[in-house]
Amino acid sequence: MSMVPTLLSVESLTKSYGGVHAMRGVSFELRAGEILALIGPNGAGKSTCFNALNGQIIPDSGRVRLLGEEITGKKPRLIWRMGVGRTFQITATFPTMTVRENVQVALVSHGGELFNVWASTAKHARDEAGRLLDLVGMGAYAERPCGELAYGDLKRLELAIALANQPKLLLMDEPTAGMAPRERVELMRLTARIAREQAIGVLFTEHDMDVVFEHADRILVLNRGSLIAEGSPEEVRGNAQVRAIYLGEGLVYDARHREGASA
Amino acid sequence: MAFYVVQFLTGLASAASLFLVASGLSIIFGVTRIVNFAHGAFYMLGAYVAFTLTERYSGALGFWGGIVAAALAVAVIGVLVEMLLLRRIYHAPELFQLLATFGLTLMVEDLVVLIWGPDDLVGRRAPGFKGAIDFFGQNIPSYDLFLIALGPIVLGILWLLFQRTRWGILVRAATQDRDMVAALGVNQKWLFTSVFALGVFLAALGGALQIPRDAVNHAMDLRIIVEVFVVVVIGGLGSIIGAFVAAVLVSELNAFGILIFPKISIILVFLVMAVVLIVRPWGLFGKPEAPARRTPGLTVNPWRPLTTNERFAALAALLVAAALPVLNNPYLLTVGSEIAIFVIFAASLHFLMSVGGLASFGHAAYFGLGSYGVALLATKAGLPMIVCLVLGPIVGLLGAAVFGFFAVQLSGVYFAMLTLAFAQIVWSIAFQWVSVTGGDNGILSVWPANWAAGPAHFYWLSLGIAALAVVILRIIVFSPFGFALRATRDSPLRSEAIGINSKRIQWTAFVIAGTVAGVAGALFAYLKGSVFPDNMGISLSVDALVMVLLGGVETVSGAVIGAIVYKALNIWLVSQTDLSKLVLGGFVVLIVVAFPKGIVGTLEALLHRRRKSASSSASPLLASRIESAE
Repeated sequence: MSMVPTLLSVESLTKSYGGVHAMRGVSFELRAGEILALIGPNGAGKSTCFNALNGQIIPDSGRVRLLGEEITGKKPRLIWRMGVGRTFQITATFPTMTVRENVQVALVSHGGELFNVWASTAKHARDEAGRLLDLVGMGAYAERPCGELAYGDLKRLELAIALANQPKLLLMDEPTAGMAPRERVELMRLTARIAREQAIGVLFTEHDMDVVFEHADRILVLNRGSLIAEGSPEEVRGNAQVRAIYLGEGLVYDARHREGASA
Repeated sequence: MAFYVVQFLTGLASAASLFLVASGLSIIFGVTRIVNFAHGAFYMLGAYVAFTLTERYSGALGFWGGIVAAALAVAVIGVLVEMLLLRRIYHAPELFQLLATFGLTLMVEDLVVLIWGPDDLVGRRAPGFKGAIDFFGQNIPSYDLFLIALGPIVLGILWLLFQRTRWGILVRAATQDRDMVAALGVNQKWLFTSVFALGVFLAALGGALQIPRDAVNHAMDLRIIVEVFVVVVIGGLGSIIGAFVAAVLVSELNAFGILIFPKISIILVFLVMAVVLIVRPWGLFGKPEAPARRTPGLTVNPWRPLTTNERFAALAALLVAAALPVLNNPYLLTVGSEIAIFVIFAASLHFLMSVGGLASFGHAAYFGLGSYGVALLATKAGLPMIVCLVLGPIVGLLGAAVFGFFAVQLSGVYFAMLTLAFAQIVWSIAFQWVSVTGGDNGILSVWPANWAAGPAHFYWLSLGIAALAVVILRIIVFSPFGFALRATRDSPLRSEAIGINSKRIQWTAFVIAGTVAGVAGALFAYLKGSVFPDNMGISLSVDALVMVLLGGVETVSGAVIGAIVYKALNIWLVSQTDLSKLVLGGFVVLIVVAFPKGIVGTLEALLHRRRKSASSSASPLLASRIESAE
């Protein structure tokens, strides 16, 4: 693991809103090909941290670096250009386009063709869009209007869009929220496979502890703006402080497993 | 020194009416999220009704009774409008609400002329405030002092109403979160109606109080609504304090601007508005607008380029149109040229509105800039027609580049109001800068060169350029740039996340649309042989909006059909009736309420439904899949 270079390095990020400290000195690193989960109870600072990484908010202090290059406070679109793809908690796609066109727009942007007023988009990177859709299992839906898709399919489409710029880092905000249990497992397996194959680092936030413990290589636990634990799923599960603070969901997870073991 | 003090007080007095109207607009917007374009019309009605009541029935009511009764009477009309019209369109896209209330404005303009006649009416002066007060040798009308006091009093009453009454608390709650208020069991219908009534009452009162100061005329609605839009953009929509501060600011700028730029004082207001928008895009006291309601959703059919058959059909239609000179009817050819020019104009707005989701309410500005560009180049510089046709649209391009830069910083209703204000500024310059533009008299003798002078030749020229413009715009729609523009409309969040600089894309689209509108304007100048300030007036901007809506916002070719149908109908109506605005306004309201998809959109939906039912009988599996996806 130590041979793999550090992809993302986050150094003592701090952000407060009025008197509320949403983040106090959050630091961590993420390596290429690694899947890192960011968890914590509501109000722990997950979203603040996430938005500070993708440029939607500017932290009060601290630095974020991607492969050594500083991205702190940059606009989201510039961060994307540096190789960061993202999906949203509530999917954001282009409902008046077909599924393929959704991906094509991202490819157009990646290819620097946004101000081309003369070419035909339909022919632009058609095959590449098809490949990305095949990769996420949406190839059969390519010509469908995006507005007609079911929610789980939209999530997969978002993943294809996020992969259009051949990202080094993928930021996924609650990737499985609102999905059926089986869809969740499929989506996370797919993400993990792509991350391994293409050596993409993945950072995701998630409320579903099954998803987190099943798919994350490493877990960060935030509480009241501070990182209180960090480690492999086993280490985090065994952490007394996490159990104490993160009572509800952690217990449910354990209880379920014990039931499974006794059955 | 005394002169400046008096000038300042005059400004304050003008601010009173402006504040009343603007606060009414703000209150209505805050709760119902409707930008009531008809607010100027209610202001005007207030003035007319007050004129009648104070002139004819002053015995029974007295002057002040007449003023209040007028405002109440107009508020009742407002209630009827709310219940009969607005209740049907609360869930429609914002654009449709603006248009419906604009349709009302058009109707009221004709009705007012019908009832009170076209001449200016000079009302009587307020009893007790007939004189003037001497201030170091300068006269201050005592009525002005009354108005200066009235502004803060009304502000105070509104403040008490919103802070201290149950109704006021409900209104404030609804301003923050309508859905939550509804969930708490508040009868929203009557809350909306009462808010609308209060807003209209304030507008009408503002109008009624103007009669001792100004003559009542049938153009006062547009003048006030533009100023009010500027006020609420500066002060922030939904903020009453903002409306007050901005009304004072704008009135003072007007009062002192006349001293600095006597001809084009409105420039000063524009500059201040531009600065405010850059520093605080939501106005001095406003809050960022919630993301605009999604305009798409009327249809889910993704756009597609024409099939080969459809291309042949379009080409055939063009050839038939090109054969029109066979009929040897010069009048018909002139009408045909005009329709072709308006196809260009409508297509340019359609590009901005449908593809970019940017509904410009002042698109005529760039049409007019093209016209004036040609007229000035042809008459002052004496350039040949072909050079003018190329350079004229560049004036439109430059105007669009400057105004568009500011306009695209905003979205939704703010964008609409700002573009309208810009257009009005351009109009005022054309109107007031007499030495260059000829003012109201316009610029005459802009004749086409010999090769284009014959009606048939000019018709072919217009038709050819129209076809070219439509083809070019269609190519752009399906180009990477067109998709990027649609992306910014569909999801600003996702666009930013895939590296699209929305503002620059939208700005570019604005410049493209402005340039194409300039082409239409340039041809129009040669068609008419003259240009007038009306070439950039509000009614022309709205004509363009109606053409796009009539054809269908959610279609690629709607603007062409819309322009042909609307312009033909318009030319015919004007030749048939004096009340063209009344009919047109009614028409606009009807489209919005009954056919929100437009002609082409409705046809497409019908075809789509037929196809869908055909395919569902063939493959029940596919049909069930679509149902579950919905």
